[in-house]
Amino acid sequence: MSFRHKHIIALRDLSKDDIEQLLNTAESMRDINSREIKKVPTLRGKTIINLFYESSTRTRTSFEIAGKRLSADTVNIASSSSSATKGETLADTALNLLAMKPDIIVMRHAVSGSHYFLAEKVNCSIINAGDGTHEHPSQGLLDMLTIKDKFGRLDGLKVAIVGDITHSRVARSNIQGLTKLGSSIFLAGPPTMIPPGVERLGNVTVCATMKEAIQDADVVMMLRIQQERQGKTLMPNAREYSRYFGLNSQNLQYAKPDAMVMHPGPINRGVEMSSYVVDGNQSHILKQVENGVAVRMAMLYHVCGGTAVE
Amino acid sequence: MSQDTVILDQAGIARALTRIAHEILEKNKGTADLVLVGIRSGGDHLARLLRDRIAGIEGVEIPLGTVDITMYRDDISSRGTLPVGKTEILFALDNKKIILVDEVIFTGRTIRAALDALIDIGRPDCIQLAVLIDRGHRELPIRPDFVGRNVPTARDEDICVFFDHAQPIEVRLVKS
Amino acid sequence: MNLLIKNGRIIDPTQNLDQTCDLLIENGTIKEIGKNLVASAGVQSIDASGCYVTPGLIDMHVHLRDPGLEYKEDIVSGTKSAVAGGFTSLCCMPNTKPAIDNKAVASYIINKAKAEGFCNVFPVGAITQGSKGEALAEMGELKESGCVAVSDDGHPVKSSELMRRALQYANGIGIPLITHAEDLDLVGAGTMNEGFTSTELGLKGIPRVAEDIATSRDVLLAEYTGAPIHIAHVSTLGSVEIIRAAKARGVKVTCETAPHYFTLTDDAVRGYNTNAKMNPPLREAADVAAIKAGLKDGTIDCIATDHAPHHLDEKDVEFDVAMNGIVGLETSLPLSLKLVSDGVLTLAQLVEKMSSNPSKILSLERGILTVGAVADVTVIDPAMEWVVDADKLASKSKNSPFIGWKMQGAARCVIVAGKVVDSRS
Repeated sequence: MSFRHKHIIALRDLSKDDIEQLLNTAESMRDINSREIKKVPTLRGKTIINLFYESSTRTRTSFEIAGKRLSADTVNIASSSSSATKGETLADTALNLLAMKPDIIVMRHAVSGSHYFLAEKVNCSIINAGDGTHEHPSQGLLDMLTIKDKFGRLDGLKVAIVGDITHSRVARSNIQGLTKLGSSIFLAGPPTMIPPGVERLGNVTVCATMKEAIQDADVVMMLRIQQERQGKTLMPNAREYSRYFGLNSQNLQYAKPDAMVMHPGPINRGVEMSSYVVDGNQSHILKQVENGVAVRMAMLYHVCGGTAVE
Repeated sequence: MSQDTVILDQAGIARALTRIAHEILEKNKGTADLVLVGIRSGGDHLARLLRDRIAGIEGVEIPLGTVDITMYRDDISSRGTLPVGKTEILFALDNKKIILVDEVIFTGRTIRAALDALIDIGRPDCIQLAVLIDRGHRELPIRPDFVGRNVPTARDEDICVFFDHAQPIEVRLVKS
Repeated sequence: MNLLIKNGRIIDPTQNLDQTCDLLIENGTIKEIGKNLVASAGVQSIDASGCYVTPGLIDMHVHLRDPGLEYKEDIVSGTKSAVAGGFTSLCCMPNTKPAIDNKAVASYIINKAKAEGFCNVFPVGAITQGSKGEALAEMGELKESGCVAVSDDGHPVKSSELMRRALQYANGIGIPLITHAEDLDLVGAGTMNEGFTSTELGLKGIPRVAEDIATSRDVLLAEYTGAPIHIAHVSTLGSVEIIRAAKARGVKVTCETAPHYFTLTDDAVRGYNTNAKMNPPLREAADVAAIKAGLKDGTIDCIATDHAPHHLDEKDVEFDVAMNGIVGLETSLPLSLKLVSDGVLTLAQLVEKMSSNPSKILSLERGILTVGAVADVTVIDPAMEWVVDADKLASKSKNSPFIGWKMQGAARCVIVAGKVVDSRS
């Protein structure tokens, strides 16, 4: 069965089979990453533009390495050097980039849904590297791969996601992907950070307390708190947030003894997680990063095929 | 299906593999530095059978690996992406004599991809090619070292090797 | 020219008139209504069999964008769009550049509309200077120069104190005040209704309570001051209930809604459709039901379009960046007629909400078909089927979520002061 999507913009748009295929391919890609020669010729001659309207060292580097390992030519355009600051519209930027004949544009943008807009304007594949507060599909997939590595499955797992759900594209992608593959999601966070109707996104339960969410959880996923984003109206301050929604070695004991701890990074040590947990033996944070390259290789590979099929 | 011709039956396949095993040992003067790598999927099953035969003859079980060539195909833009299988070679290839095993050699493009894949993994002494069927129509300067059966075919015909639980049952010429 | 409209179903709720007969127009006024009227020489006859003949439709909430933003719309294209949609009168909002906060701008609009427009244009002046919400505009002179109401539409009057004084002052002059009821703190950076859809799409939500709080405040201020108030573009269940309760206790409150609020839900935003982005935003099914109930029981007095033309470049952008609003003049009538075919409104109620009530609230002296009245008449063919085609819209702007929709019902003939300004067969 062939992957038939030209773009990967949201895990909401993908089926269970699509996601499983991406994860399987990512596992094969990971083998390449552990070899002496970490390169295959698959996307030789393809051009990938990494168009980042928001700064992100981690995701951009990961996509860049992924493209290079598949032998594609990758070009990075960061917001500081882009035309965005010169008042050029996204549509015009896209058309100008298109003149360079890219096969894939990997974009990060602050406006939710802007990838759908871009996809209507260009004829190349679009991969979403994060759009506003909508989705971050590569992060969702790499989280799923990391969980699958540990448990061998995603079906029937209890996954707790704790933090600012409203403003988290990571949470949305994980909810969309994990529930399609049979996990149950338990959310916790200050009510100011829980968006309305979130239960209807899938098998999702909103919990009153952090303890309730992580009780007997197989996975505890902590979200980054950004003081600049949450402002002063969603929580009093980091100190109080940490007191009720921070993960530490005490409340981690409510989860299953072999529960895995995850975080999309970058971490505010001592706010959403104590250093003891970040560096503890239940932490899978570095494995997430490692899986990032493999997952992004799988995404790049499959959208290229999607172009041929459609 | 009425057009099908059976090229080799189960016994014929077994005899061909036994002969190939002997030829491999003869050409390489034993099992020193010898490794088997089957091309997924089909070649990997045949490679395992060759290893068993070599073990039966020489009493030595030589290393066995599998190579998936999906990532090395040259037709991604024209036929879309296929599910990517796993390359499993759990031993170093450096200075080894690799016997690359596939079911059928046709244009030679699959073998080209497999050669590239192997060379990305290590630097073997040499690579030799064993196939059950050579059906001709090569598009690249590649030839097998060990052949079970040469079968002249038309371009639009197809050769199918049927397996049952990884055991080869029959080779058929399928006319379209 | 004199006109005889034959065999139409003539409807005028102000005089409980609903009968199939003829209507004779002479010298710009209605001369006679009756059966079997005979056209004398020089009288053009219009066959209205199967059609409704109603007082000319009035849209009391239109953005003509003239002066200053003529690339979106101007008085000529806007009035052309109005008559294409069956309207004989419209009220234009003051958020032009410069704003209609002085006699010069009001006069410019009135004069240009008289000279080049296709229908009556009644300007709405600003409540505050420049609609900035700081100091009262010269409402007296605005009224004298022809403004029929005041509003800061597009922006709420943020200060409760200023709103209180504006209500008192306008009441003293006798000019109606139209409020854009919205609490901007609660709107924040929101771009669509806050609910499940905004959660799924990851778009910032505008909670319904942002409208409800402002509606409450303005109703209470009207009650306190004793001044009449008209609430623009009601979109929420909460606002309908607040207004219903206020009317019950005798507050002089009237209100309007727009066709999109009883036709669409925030599901229309899916796909990040910028033509479904407006302010107030499209709400949910419960709100749509409440709007319909409010229209049915009379809580909502008027249907107005909030016709808000925007250039393609202002809509063909990322969702957050896109301008708010849609064009509505040419789709309002069929969408509203659907309320009649769905049994929500009677035909008489529809005519009230699209003609008699706006005229009454703004003292326009239109919206009636009595002998001697100005002959503003709309002949509606309720059976005409058509498809909304962006290229065929008379408006300069094409920002409609209804492009491609199959519609039933259209104005077959629009008559302003006895003159046929638009007709189609």
